[in-house]
Amino acid sequence: MAVKTVIEAVREAMREEMRKDPRVFVLGEDIAERGGVFLATDGFLKEFGPARVIDTPLAESSIAGIAIGAAVNGLRPIAEIEFADFVWPAMNQIVGEAARIRYGTNGTKFVPMVVRMPYGGGVRGGLYHSQTIDVVFAHQPGLVVIAPSTPYDAKGLLKAAIRSDDPVIFLEHKRTYRLVRGEVPDEDYVVTIGEADVKRKGDDMTIVTYGLAVHYSLEAAELVKDEGISVEVVDLRTLAPLDRTTFLESVRRTSKALVVHEDYHTYGVGAEVAATIAQEAFHDLDAPVTRLAGPDVPAMGFAPTLEAEFMLSPEKIATAIRELAAY
Amino acid sequence: MPTRRKPHTTTAARQAGAGIITSRDLLEMYRVMVMSRVLDERIWLLNRQGKAAIVASAQGHEAAQVACVWATDRARDHYLIYYRELTTLLALGLTPLDLLKGFLARDGEPLSGARQFPTHGAHRGVDVFSFSNVVGTQLPQAAGVALADKMRGEAKVTVVYFGDGAASQGDCHEAMNFAGIHRLPVVFFCENNRYAISVPLSKQMAIEGVAERAAGYGMPGVTVDGTDVVAVYEAVRAAAERARNGHGPSLVEVMVERLFPHTSDDDHTRYRTAEDIKGMREKDPIPIMEALLGRQRLLSTEAREAIWAEAKRTVNVATEEAEATPFPSAREFRAHVFADA
Repeated sequence: MAVKTVIEAVREAMREEMRKDPRVFVLGEDIAERGGVFLATDGFLKEFGPARVIDTPLAESSIAGIAIGAAVNGLRPIAEIEFADFVWPAMNQIVGEAARIRYGTNGTKFVPMVVRMPYGGGVRGGLYHSQTIDVVFAHQPGLVVIAPSTPYDAKGLLKAAIRSDDPVIFLEHKRTYRLVRGEVPDEDYVVTIGEADVKRKGDDMTIVTYGLAVHYSLEAAELVKDEGISVEVVDLRTLAPLDRTTFLESVRRTSKALVVHEDYHTYGVGAEVAATIAQEAFHDLDAPVTRLAGPDVPAMGFAPTLEAEFMLSPEKIATAIRELAAY
Repeated sequence: MPTRRKPHTTTAARQAGAGIITSRDLLEMYRVMVMSRVLDERIWLLNRQGKAAIVASAQGHEAAQVACVWATDRARDHYLIYYRELTTLLALGLTPLDLLKGFLARDGEPLSGARQFPTHGAHRGVDVFSFSNVVGTQLPQAAGVALADKMRGEAKVTVVYFGDGAASQGDCHEAMNFAGIHRLPVVFFCENNRYAISVPLSKQMAIEGVAERAAGYGMPGVTVDGTDVVAVYEAVRAAAERARNGHGPSLVEVMVERLFPHTSDDDHTRYRTAEDIKGMREKDPIPIMEALLGRQRLLSTEAREAIWAEAKRTVNVATEEAEATPFPSAREFRAHVFADA
């Protein structure tokens, strides 16, 4: 086992799968010579050559459309959208097409592609380098949506995504890329898609979260520990299909639930999780299910004050924990 | 660059086209055209009887569609088509019964199990993919299909069909640009019938036709008369050979008439002049084909009547069988969302 960053885990997952399976290739903007703006494909051009490491024109719809066509014709493309904020021109190909191809051909054709994209704020990215787009994809049946938080999960889930026969949206929170380190096995492994993970055991309440917010929630749990509040943290890891079992089991035990995500509050993952808990674990609850989520304003501001107001933080989560604990 | 005013193939295209059309080919193409016309007319009838929910008629496009299939290799090439491709599907080997099951949304419909509009989906035996009603999405997908073949070193051609309407989409530009850069084995086959539903060509583009754009993507572009099977065959043949030999994509634009409104829910008298509607009948590809066969002494009156009678018989039998087939059960409607479901 070696300690790695999230971006190293992402890079290793792709490199190992490309070494093993000639059907796997990468395409996107600035991914070849440049190695990707976050260096996810650093060194790939040299190792795998230009046929499998394709710098595309600056045209996101065709990045997705070409990946769909190659996938339908037997390859396993990994498309990189440089920033999730830039995915909108490709929405039609991803949501309108890729998600429906297996269904609309009655199972004759399928789309084994992965669309990776760095998302999320806290990096002074302003309106167009900070966006969370998670639930837009998670709402569409036919798409798998993965949002890992640790290097271990990122590598194991990305490998599983590449081997999957379904279109996978792979969301990498860009603030975790170099900030988060963790142990990653040297041997080949996958993390099963659609399984949440308990990242911290606790008794008094359950936080249901994913991505960067997992780490903020773990920090918040530490902040309130000495106040006698024991917090369990469930990392969803996969947003679609959603693992309801893990958080329901946890909430039935702790009797309180706080859903935390950076993506927008209204119609967000929190709404789905809260509704599920209300329906399935109502009699186990000691308090209303609470949400702490991104504010319903169109974008994260550029100025540090505006960004901080939008972003989650361990302190904001700790405050929400204390309020829920006091209920 | 050729324009639509004087449809013709370039000299280069004629020279590169190695295929020879035999008398038998001409007769077989005619047979498919007649079958398509009879079937198309039947589907309109079923629509007016309230049995077929929607028709996007291929009438007027038959010669272009059959010649394009004839000029490529059905056994190995890929066909990404759009919604006005009845003749293409017949030429590729689907039966009138297959297609009628689609128009009547019946059980066992081979392209999508009647989940989709008629003629949409994919086939397990024929490499045809016809997916979206968001026009133009098939163009970048075709570039991806061709990219996969190129990466594996397979000498296959991807033929992607689209109308003049789809040519306005950004996806069209993105696909042609990428295919040009990577010299992908794609034939961009534009069936230009001059109308995007009701919007005429003059409001779709500031140039004479789509083929003019080919130069901007580093590929040859030709415009041919889409009622002339020989001209279409030669142009597509040249484009397909070019693709197969690793020389990259081409754009073949065929000028056709849409003899009926956009779909059964449209009324083209609202936007086409009486003169235009009357004039388009002169570009009906069926009598043009019959005249060609007559000049070549390939089609006697008796033989022509026999071909029409046979098509009508086949379509009658298929209609009865399709109408006797139940709608698909909704029991499986959750199937095929994900791989394991």
